[in-house]
Amino acid sequence: MILAITITPGYYLALSALLFTAGAVGLLVRRNPLVMFMCVELMLNAVNISFVSFGDAMTDLGGQVSVFFVLVVAAAEVVIGLALVVAIMRRQPRATADDIAVMRG
Amino acid sequence: MEAFVFFVSAAIILAGALGVIVMRNPVHAALSLVMTLFGVAVLFINLEAYFLAAVQVIVYAGAIVVLFLFVIMLVGVDRAEDLRTEPIIRQRELALLAGAGLLAIAVIVGVASGGDVTGVPAQGDPEAADLAIDRAVEVSGDFDGDGDEETITEAPEPNVRRLGRALFTDYVFAFEITAILLTIAVVGAVVMARRPEGELQPLPEVEPPWVLRPDLDPDPHAEVAPDPGAVEPEPDPEPDEAPAAADGEPTT
Repeated sequence: MILAITITPGYYLALSALLFTAGAVGLLVRRNPLVMFMCVELMLNAVNISFVSFGDAMTDLGGQVSVFFVLVVAAAEVVIGLALVVAIMRRQPRATADDIAVMRG
Repeated sequence: MEAFVFFVSAAIILAGALGVIVMRNPVHAALSLVMTLFGVAVLFINLEAYFLAAVQVIVYAGAIVVLFLFVIMLVGVDRAEDLRTEPIIRQRELALLAGAGLLAIAVIVGVASGGDVTGVPAQGDPEAADLAIDRAVEVSGDFDGDGDEETITEAPEPNVRRLGRALFTDYVFAFEITAILLTIAVVGAVVMARRPEGELQPLPEVEPPWVLRPDLDPDPHAEVAPDPGAVEPEPDPEPDEAPAAADGEPTT
C-alpha cells in the first residue's frame, strides 16, 4: 500500500535529482532563450527541494534560510535575463540561442 | 498521508517539468512551469516549511512566471518553436546522454553514502539549538505569552517566526546584501531594456559554421542558414553522412 511507505529524505532527494536532470536536459535541448530560463528555474527548484529536505532531516533551519536566498537570487537572475532577452529580441526578433553568439568577446 | 501527498505532488512536478521541456509554445511551457512550482509548494508544506510554500506561490508562480509571460507577449515569441530542427549535430542525443550521466552521478552519490545522505542530525549540538526546527526556542521574553516551558510535544514556535528570527539575527548581513543585489538587478534591467537613442542596428549576421547543418532542415530557418559553400572554411569531407554525424562533435 502506498500510504504505508515512510517518506525518508531519500525520496525527496531522488525527486530533486530527477527534477534537476529534467531542467538540465531542457536547458541543453531547447533553443528559445525564454524556455531555457524556465529550465534554469526548474533546476533551482530542484535544489530548493533538496535544501528543505536536508533541513528537515537535520532539524536545522539553515536549509529554509538558504532557500530564501536562492529565491532572491532567482528573482534577480530572471529580471536580468529577461531584460537581456528583450534587448536582443528588439534587434533581432526571431533570435534563438544560436544567434546570440555575436555577444561573445 | 505524507506518502500520498508526496507521490501525487512528485507526479505533478515531473509532469510539469516534462511539459516545460517538450512544449513547443513558450506560453504552454510557462504554464507547465506553474504546475511544477505549485507542486514544489505542496512539497514545502509537506516538509513543514510553510513560509517558503507561501513565498513559492507568491514569488515564483505569482511574479516570476508572470514576468515570463509579460516578456513572451512583449517580444512576440509566442510562436511555436520548431523542435525538429537540430542546428548542432546530435545535440538532442548528447543532451539526453548528459542528463543520464547527471542522474547516474546523483544516484551513485546517494548509493555510495549508504542512504545516510543527511549526516548527523543537529539535535546534540548546542550551538544549533537556536536554529532547530522542531524544538521550541527558549526565549526569555514573553511576547507570545505562553511562558518558556514549551516542549516539542506542545506547539512549537511558528515557522514564520523562527525563520524571521534566523534571517534578522544570524543571517542579517546576507539579508542586507540581498537588498543591494535586488537594487542592482533593477537598475541593470532598466539600463539594458531601455530603448537606446537613434536607430536600432540589427545584430550582425554571424554564421558559426560549425553548428549549421543546412542539409537537414527544410524549414523557415533555412533562409537564415547560409549556403554550405559560403560558410564552411574547411568543409568537412564527409563521404557518408552517418559516420560524420556520429563522431564529429567538436563544440560540445
